[in-house]
Amino acid sequence: MESTQSFRFFNRGPSPVVRLVFFAVFSLLLLFVDARFRYLESTRSALSILVSPIQQLAAVPGAIWQFVGDIYITQSRQHSLILENESLQQQHQLDAAQLLQLQTMQAENQQLRHLMALPLSYDFSAQLVEIAYAERDVFKRRVLVNRGEQGNIHIGQVVMDDIGIVGQITRVYPWLAEVTLITEKDHAVPVEISRNGLRAIVFGSGDTSQLSLRYMPVSADIQNDDILVTSGIDGIYPPGIPVAKVVSVERDPAYPFARVVCLPLAGVDRHHHLLVLSDIPKLPEPPPLEKPAQVKIDKRAKARRKN
Amino acid sequence: MPAQVRPIIHARPEIHRPVNNTFIMLSVMTALFLNGLPWHGIWLMLRPDFVGMVLLYWCMNKPWRLGIGLSWAVGIFADVADASLFGQHALAYTVLAFGGVVLHHRLQMFDLRQQTAQVFGILVLSYAVYALVHWLVNGYVVWLYFLGALTSTLLWPLLCIILLKIRQKRVDRE
Repeated sequence: MESTQSFRFFNRGPSPVVRLVFFAVFSLLLLFVDARFRYLESTRSALSILVSPIQQLAAVPGAIWQFVGDIYITQSRQHSLILENESLQQQHQLDAAQLLQLQTMQAENQQLRHLMALPLSYDFSAQLVEIAYAERDVFKRRVLVNRGEQGNIHIGQVVMDDIGIVGQITRVYPWLAEVTLITEKDHAVPVEISRNGLRAIVFGSGDTSQLSLRYMPVSADIQNDDILVTSGIDGIYPPGIPVAKVVSVERDPAYPFARVVCLPLAGVDRHHHLLVLSDIPKLPEPPPLEKPAQVKIDKRAKARRKN
Repeated sequence: MPAQVRPIIHARPEIHRPVNNTFIMLSVMTALFLNGLPWHGIWLMLRPDFVGMVLLYWCMNKPWRLGIGLSWAVGIFADVADASLFGQHALAYTVLAFGGVVLHHRLQMFDLRQQTAQVFGILVLSYAVYALVHWLVNGYVVWLYFLGALTSTLLWPLLCIILLKIRQKRVDRE
């Protein structure tokens, strides 16, 4: 009896090796499911409610630091603020004048479109959000903003600042949303060069704040300082919003494609406030790929081979 | 021989009183808080993994209270907090906790210096797991990331002393 008791006393469940294997396999399974299928988003948002108090607490020191910095504004800083205020005032007046012009032009444009019985090209509204915290993974270019499902944010919405595209909403929590920046590795934006309308796709490079235009033939008409704007072809991004500027073009005849490096125009890793666009009209679904045509070609090729 | 070097950390006779569960939980939450501070740029590379260190400390000192299973659960929370893939931190912390639990007899015998050397190995292993998962998913490894293992190791003695002081104070008070 005693021996069994002492045995019980030391028997603390399965051995560490068994536990290690069990939890490692479980983790790997979770990893696989999360990476491939994204089934776990609801679990994630449920758990995020438990973690978010700690996260919000962690954001407090930074906020206090900024607050203290705001209180002790030095003389020179005040001077620069006054100057900035003046220039902003002037800018505001200019903008107001332009806005008036824009409004009249919009009205005129609408009338013309009505006359021609064309559908409205785009008319979207925007929501102002604030960056809550930056991604704490070295490898990622993502930020979390302070609006989520409760603030009517949905996956796939486009995020921009006052200059251009910043990124896209990729994950929505109840009170937070994750924005993947355009500089994230392999994040693609369909663009066109505003100078000549050449269509292209701009990719993020991940480890730097640069973007690159891939698959551009060596002979493509690209120059330094070309502005890339969204082409609006895929229906996710509204057309005509600035994205990036070309900073270097390398044409090496040894490679089929030119190496084009661009820098984002928008303050992708600078500002505190961002705009989330909504109500972008969805394009109709693309038609399914035409497989019969391909088969025909194959048949012809086979026929040719036989001959 | 290990009994002679032991007094460096156990200067005062320690009463082996069960550690309060609340204290363990608070230490883990504090670590999550420290990991969640807005680290940027090079500081993010140098950021010690506070959660990993605290988990390793408890796995070493109280392996029956906080073991592999709980470490895995904390890892899941860390995954949510970091918005990384589910299981990434959990796997790394499972390996970390395994190292701590298996070696806890030996590590408790060591003095702080020897302990730190061993802890470095365990931490590097857990960082390697994290990097490996990242490599499998994204296809590249940032080697600078391993600097975190180094800073974590450098902070290890400090963490040990602080946690021990708090534990002793609680014993003294009673």
